[in-house]
Amino acid sequence: MHDVKSEAISSPWSGGASPFAMGSKKLGMWLFIVSDTLTFSALLITYSYSRLNSPNWPRPFPFYPSIVFATGMTIVLLASSLTMVFAVAAAAKGKRATAVKWILATMFFGATFIGLHVREWFHLIEEGLRPTSNAWGSPLFGAVFFGVTGLHMTHVAIGVIYLGIVSLGFGKGKFSPEDVEVSGLYWHFVDLVWMFVFPMVYIMSISPK
Amino acid sequence: MSNHGEAGHAGAGNAHPAVTARTFIWVWIGLVALTAIEVYLGYIELQAKLMLTLLLGLSVIKAGLIMAWFMHLKYEKRSLTIWLVISALFCIGMMMVYFYWDSVRLAHLRS
Repeated sequence: MHDVKSEAISSPWSGGASPFAMGSKKLGMWLFIVSDTLTFSALLITYSYSRLNSPNWPRPFPFYPSIVFATGMTIVLLASSLTMVFAVAAAAKGKRATAVKWILATMFFGATFIGLHVREWFHLIEEGLRPTSNAWGSPLFGAVFFGVTGLHMTHVAIGVIYLGIVSLGFGKGKFSPEDVEVSGLYWHFVDLVWMFVFPMVYIMSISPK
Repeated sequence: MSNHGEAGHAGAGNAHPAVTARTFIWVWIGLVALTAIEVYLGYIELQAKLMLTLLLGLSVIKAGLIMAWFMHLKYEKRSLTIWLVISALFCIGMMMVYFYWDSVRLAHLRS
């Protein structure tokens, strides 16, 4: 006779086929990504709401430094997604050292993104931008700007730490290729969110001539 | 499959066809090109509504490229994509239903 209890403990899923034919970690990450999508959607909709009903919404971003920096940050983040794809591919082939190198490259680009973004923040703070006030128009601009980009930057920072842990664990052989793939999903999602933040916050607020 | 024989590793990883590095690089070039178009749109004189529509359209294309290739959704079960996209769009749609009209109403109250 089968001991049902011990089988349930030894196998993480004993209900036949796995849902969507994927491991539970990967499915869990996908569900988290959907919920995080809604968090960012709510923030971006709040931004649109505030902007639409404020007659004096500022458009403070000059070509240099703001737009040049933001475009550079976009390309850096896209590059980090490319290196992450290579890390996942190397991990799936069992090439541990190569995968770790690609993850480190991803972390480097992620850190570069944060560095550029912090410089951009400081530049705006020097010009008088605060969460509650600014010199250009509606005081809500600062709250929305720091809220949206700040939450995104927090995600990038958490992602760099997460990838650091995964690269250590995978290098030592403690983590499986699936763990690298799951961390990759998170990283690509952070990239995806920026694809909406960049046009909505930066391009729509380029200063008029 | 040699060094990850954990239990419960059902179907993940090696089952789908391998995508070559060249494909990923082309996707990346596409994403950078779409970003360049977005910046260009910011510098030609466009009506705000038209510009927002174009920018969001491009963003949705970029999000689709990232999800399909980088996040491998193209090679997962189609049912997963359908569930994820429908549930997210439904919730975002619920938020969108109210915000636009209420925001315009508030703008009229203020003026």
